[in-house]
Amino acid sequence: MKLNQITKMLILGSVVSLPVTAAELEISVTNLTHGNHFTPLLIAAHDMDSHLFQAGEMATPALQKMAEGGDIGDLDAAVTGAGGVTVVNPAGGLLAPSGKVDSIMLDTGDMTHLSITAMVLPTNDAFVGLNAWKIPAEAGSYTFTLNAYDAGTEANDEIVNGGGMSGVPGIPAAPSGDGGMNATGVMDMSSNDKVHIHPGVLGDTDLQGGMSDLDSRVHRWLNPVARVTVVVK
Amino acid sequence: MNNPNKYLRYSALAFITSGALILGGCSDNNNDSPAPIAPSMQSYTVAVTNLTANQPMSPIAVVNHQVDTVLWTSGESASLALETLAESGDASGLSDEVAVTELTNGAGILLPGATESIAISLNSEEIADLSVVTMLVNTNDAFAGFTGYDLTNLTVDESMTFRVIAYDAGTEANSEAKGTIPGPADSGEGFNAARDDSNLVHAHSGVISHDDGLADSVLTASHRFDNPVLLITVSRTE
Repeated sequence: MKLNQITKMLILGSVVSLPVTAAELEISVTNLTHGNHFTPLLIAAHDMDSHLFQAGEMATPALQKMAEGGDIGDLDAAVTGAGGVTVVNPAGGLLAPSGKVDSIMLDTGDMTHLSITAMVLPTNDAFVGLNAWKIPAEAGSYTFTLNAYDAGTEANDEIVNGGGMSGVPGIPAAPSGDGGMNATGVMDMSSNDKVHIHPGVLGDTDLQGGMSDLDSRVHRWLNPVARVTVVVK
Repeated sequence: MNNPNKYLRYSALAFITSGALILGGCSDNNNDSPAPIAPSMQSYTVAVTNLTANQPMSPIAVVNHQVDTVLWTSGESASLALETLAESGDASGLSDEVAVTELTNGAGILLPGATESIAISLNSEEIADLSVVTMLVNTNDAFAGFTGYDLTNLTVDESMTFRVIAYDAGTEANSEAKGTIPGPADSGEGFNAARDDSNLVHAHSGVISHDDGLADSVLTASHRFDNPVLLITVSRTE
């Protein structure tokens, strides 16, 4: 019902703002975290009915694959299969903490909404996300920040063990080599299996053991975790 | 944002004036104001999603109140009603607050990841400000919501989305200790009239948890939270 209302609103809005013309976007993404990398980014322009994810809804298998292992292939295929356009991996690999990738050009064609995702690494299933931002009709520079979500598909045990495939417990890697080892694992008591705001990692200060292989002095964050600037040409 | 709905507002007004509904109780109106427009009902949906990992929310309180009033202000002391909500999850005291015209409660606890849609219908003459508020029940006195949104901003089929942060009522120390938290992590005490914290409403700094070294805490890693904690969409449907 809620979606219907929003959809109606968007339909009205698009009717009034006709003619819809293709937008040329220039996008930059900055990693605002202290010690977490972003895996290869997916930037997607799509129609108003499409979503890479929605808070309060179950993750799709394609989203799970991205959030647990950084693999954006299935999400990309889903967007392009539905007529959307994407930019895949604009940073040419990982986007390091405090790193920025800019001058990302995207011709949106007749697509109306913009989404962005990437896994936050090292985590079990955290990702940074922008969900279906309506691309403004008015040319200009638009800046906003993004939050870190938990895909809700994997317990946050915080054990770095190479586990990056969907359904496999554990964290694929700590890219800066700053993770610990031999952790006993954090007990994740959350039963929230929907996409939600990530509570943040726990970490500890024992790199040789302890509960977590993450370092609480390095790998924690608070929202927001990314800044995005979109220039609508 | 485009406003395609101006026409709708005019047509809604026309509908109101042609509605020919008569309110009783005008006899004590000793002002020289024009004859009152007959009221009609306006309907709204308030959809709330719990974005936390493991903080159930107390039954959502949807509060209609007069313009230019708020249920709390950062940097000021919480009212008794807000203290009660923030410590125990009981929102019923809000209906007695000055300027509050209507209190609508959600059906029950809103679990992490869950969404609830609450419908409200208001007399067009009473459309004023809206607040939505709830307690994070696995805390000492954390609450979340917004207060003082002017509902007259919304035309039919328009909606407004809020992503809200958690506040600390400042009325109870964040001991996280056994017996002090009413939610399922503890099943401890709710309201306590003592005010043993800053006594100022402020942004919540988050819970610590036993896993993170607070030895006496009954909370675990998953009870920690980051903002925003709720997604709230207010839609006018009629």
